[in-house]
Amino acid sequence: MSAPSPDRPLLAVEGLRVDFASPVGTIHAVRGVNFSLGREKVGIVGESGSGKSVTGRAILRLIAAPGAVSAQRLEFDGIDLMGIDERAMRSIRGARIAMVMQDPKFSLNPVMTVGRQIAEAYLVHHDATRGEARSRTLEMLRAVRIRDPERVFDAYPHEVSGGMGQRAMIAMMLIPGPDLLIADEPTSALDVTVQMQVLSIVDDLVTARGMGLIFISHDLNLVASFCDRVLVMYGGRIVEECRASELRAARHPYTQGLLAALPRIDDAGRELAVLQRDPAWLEPSERL
Amino acid sequence: MIEVEDLSVTFGRHTSVVRAVRQATFRVGEGESFGLVGESGSGKSTVLRAVAGLIENWSGAITVAGRQQGRRRDRAFYKRVQMVFQDPYGSLHPRHTVDRILVEPVAIHRLDTADRRIERALADVGLGSRFRYRYPHQLSGGQRQRIAIARALILEPRVLLLDEPTSSLDVSVQAEILNLLQRLRRERGLTYLLVTHNLAIVAHMCERVAVMNAGRIVEALDVGVLRSENPTHPYTRQLLQASKGYDRETARGLVDFADA
Repeated sequence: MSAPSPDRPLLAVEGLRVDFASPVGTIHAVRGVNFSLGREKVGIVGESGSGKSVTGRAILRLIAAPGAVSAQRLEFDGIDLMGIDERAMRSIRGARIAMVMQDPKFSLNPVMTVGRQIAEAYLVHHDATRGEARSRTLEMLRAVRIRDPERVFDAYPHEVSGGMGQRAMIAMMLIPGPDLLIADEPTSALDVTVQMQVLSIVDDLVTARGMGLIFISHDLNLVASFCDRVLVMYGGRIVEECRASELRAARHPYTQGLLAALPRIDDAGRELAVLQRDPAWLEPSERL
Repeated sequence: MIEVEDLSVTFGRHTSVVRAVRQATFRVGEGESFGLVGESGSGKSTVLRAVAGLIENWSGAITVAGRQQGRRRDRAFYKRVQMVFQDPYGSLHPRHTVDRILVEPVAIHRLDTADRRIERALADVGLGSRFRYRYPHQLSGGQRQRIAIARALILEPRVLLLDEPTSSLDVSVQAEILNLLQRLRRERGLTYLLVTHNLAIVAHMCERVAVMNAGRIVEALDVGVLRSENPTHPYTRQLLQASKGYDRETARGLVDFADA
């Protein structure tokens, strides 16, 4: 694992497009997305259908036919992700770029113990004995603040809570030691307090290991408070890019509209602003 | 309008008894909007389902519009009390047109002028008559939830039971549905019992709120107290803090109240 040089971004995306051919015409899910990412936490926010999840999947080349991905540049740590073959891609997936999905109930194997699944993730990418993998797994479960790692190691996914399952997922994704973590709505299925705990674990691990994080979410407040930088997607394009702390001062009418549509605890009873969509938002913009 | 006293609900039996609701007591005045908030497993939806008559295994007393309710509810109850469910993808019959979905309650209650009622219900929820012969799959999530609200309103009920009515919708669509519910309540003096996990929605929609944790109502308060961020119970304070977004310090200080 080479250390990326400081002047080169961890991930560079230019002109990323994802199209899905369908009997009623081609759906342009992502229409020319550009961004780069260092060892920082970047949030991608948008409503359903904005292309945020497809963007995350396209980086890992997880778009299957009839989906088609094209990009002028899709470069991870100096590696051209569009140019390498599937075998080379497999050595990157998991080992160097990992992905956490929304719901642990559907992304964990229901007929395999939690511990074995995490150990498997380690063994696939490391030449180690089962014993070593087990001790690394227990260590990782401790790192995601599971109090009783021995019990959770031998438990099946249905025997642990949602928050515990998502911590196990994060442990599984981080055990090979990736440089980039893509988290697609990792806490949307969790209660707010559990969400906070899981995020603080991600926060600590990402910071301690100097990783990059792409945090995909529909929750503007959460992204604004958790990430360093925010990309706002609409209709397959990034319509706004800003520092997370400055999201409240967003300039694009779509971002402003989303913020105004949120009910707030301290401002009750008023009529909520309803988003008026402007077809011009779908056009490529020069603002960025 | 709604009085719930010492409501307890248990599921399962023998060794695996889950006490989903434990001695919940609250009352909702006529024309009031009352919120039930809590995290998953707190029992908030179970309370709502017991009030709606969808659960039989409860004890305590439920009184709606002055009538004490038994295990089974008569037709008159459902004329007065209707429910809107969380997921408009699951609560509308996929092979029934909007027309058929809306005509069913009218037929069950043997009301006349079905045609006029349907037209009016569609207009009330901001959908024109052009939606009348569509199937649910031809509608967006927000439009489906409007149909679910229209189905509840077509009987001209006095009480709406709302179970997370916007949690499966995008924020821009959520704003439209919340505005619609606010307007309908204003115009018709409806009584709402709203279940949600979202404190901002409760603060927006309700006058009073009961906070639930592990089957118990830990605190009932005016939303003004919530708004001024001054609730007395530590669980409510923690929930309020956690709803404001991510904060490393808050995350460290979280306490598990489940066994308290």
